[in-house]
Amino acid sequence: MAGATDLPPKGGFSYDNCARNAMLVEKGLKMPGFLKTGTTIVGLVFQDGVVLGADTRATEGPIVADKNCEKIHYMAPNIYCCGAGTAADTEAVTDMVSSQLQLHRYATGRESRVVTSLTLLKSHLFSYQGHVSAALVLGGVDVTGPHLHTVYPHGSTDTLPFATMGSGSLAAMSVFESKYKEGLTREEGIQLVAEAIRGGIFNDLGSGSNVDVCVITKGKTEYLRNHQLPNPRTYVSSKGYNFTKGQTVVLSTKITQLKPKVEVTEGDAMEE
Amino acid sequence: MARFEAYENNGGTCVAVAGADYCVVAADTRLSVGYSILSRDSSKIAHLADKCVLASSGFQGDVKALQRNLAAKELLYEHNHNKKMSCPAMAQLLSNTLYYKRFFPYYAFNVLGGLDSEGKGCVFTYDAVGSYERTGYSAQGTGAALMMPVLDNQLKSPSPLLLPARDAVTPLSQSDAVDLVKDVFASATERDIYTGDKLEIVVINSAGSHREFIELRKD
Repeated sequence: MAGATDLPPKGGFSYDNCARNAMLVEKGLKMPGFLKTGTTIVGLVFQDGVVLGADTRATEGPIVADKNCEKIHYMAPNIYCCGAGTAADTEAVTDMVSSQLQLHRYATGRESRVVTSLTLLKSHLFSYQGHVSAALVLGGVDVTGPHLHTVYPHGSTDTLPFATMGSGSLAAMSVFESKYKEGLTREEGIQLVAEAIRGGIFNDLGSGSNVDVCVITKGKTEYLRNHQLPNPRTYVSSKGYNFTKGQTVVLSTKITQLKPKVEVTEGDAMEE
Repeated sequence: MARFEAYENNGGTCVAVAGADYCVVAADTRLSVGYSILSRDSSKIAHLADKCVLASSGFQGDVKALQRNLAAKELLYEHNHNKKMSCPAMAQLLSNTLYYKRFFPYYAFNVLGGLDSEGKGCVFTYDAVGSYERTGYSAQGTGAALMMPVLDNQLKSPSPLLLPARDAVTPLSQSDAVDLVKDVFASATERDIYTGDKLEIVVINSAGSHREFIELRKD
């Protein structure tokens, strides 16, 4: 047994603590929660490319953990991916696939295809049977044209003209279902994506803050970070806060010179 | 089989601050459950008597029942005694009403604010089964844990264990207290998903009572 465990790790997840943790949970231990991006993410195909969109709120239970996080992840210069679910999982899975795509480009010298990243994502997620909680909207333009897909945590995928994911997916989808049509212009596409994200921001408590947009067309990608900022702070105290000095009693004082002072006695101080 | 659930949490936050001759009672107007907003304009504040205002978060079904119950009792008191109920009297009535349902409680977290018989500001804060205390300021509800440390820092009240007992009212002027309440709500709205939409503020002083609203974030 010792021989097998002495081997250096080959990568992947370690399940060493699973049995111990199951025992602790049985005995009443409350496991810590993870940072979830209770999210609204969307994407649509327009005239000559795809538009992706996301809100920027990250939550831990009822508390907003990050008011301006990034949920549109880089996969390749011509492919981006929106992530919902556990923040660590969406980040890790997109980073990992993005590296594999880069290596593949070095090996082949060709632009990455959206189906390639889709296959890499789904085979990874399927092999972890839904324990890697990443729900994704994948979009890009390659040699075969514009593509948009959704990927579920268990590894199933869809190919769609417009898609939404996350806790705000119903609010966003209601906007798409009432207004999406084929052959939208670039401006119409951005506008519709932003409206769908705002639907999530205002009607889903898991989503909030700002609208991020990413527009991918043949040979060009535009990342519009904080495209809209519809939620400024509503009130700021006119007086501000002052914290008077001397609130903590000083018991003793000792000053230590951290570095002895160096004095230049000969030559120009700026020499060399 | 799915069991009947008697309770739901509708979120929201309530705050009250007492001054020498005024009392500020405030609550947001968002009503939600889970990740959904059910209303952006639903009041949590009940004006129970001339100098007595109750703000309650928790399960709004229970809150409405509780507030109507107290309003009815106040009306009976008025007819029997030919005067409005005082705030400390309402405070004791609320405690009794909550404890009466000790083993099937009202899922309501209350802050009662007003003026006492001397015209001084008073705040009473409760748990769901009627334990209560007179304080200088208090916060209840989903954003309470975010607001209370700021209120402690700005309004720090003397220990209730000190002898002789010190005045619990805060040293701020009425306008400064209202400004602080608006600011702590704007801050809590940034970080608590259940607090937002609008803030309802009721100020009670010797001149009577005054109500105002300010907008909060709607996301």
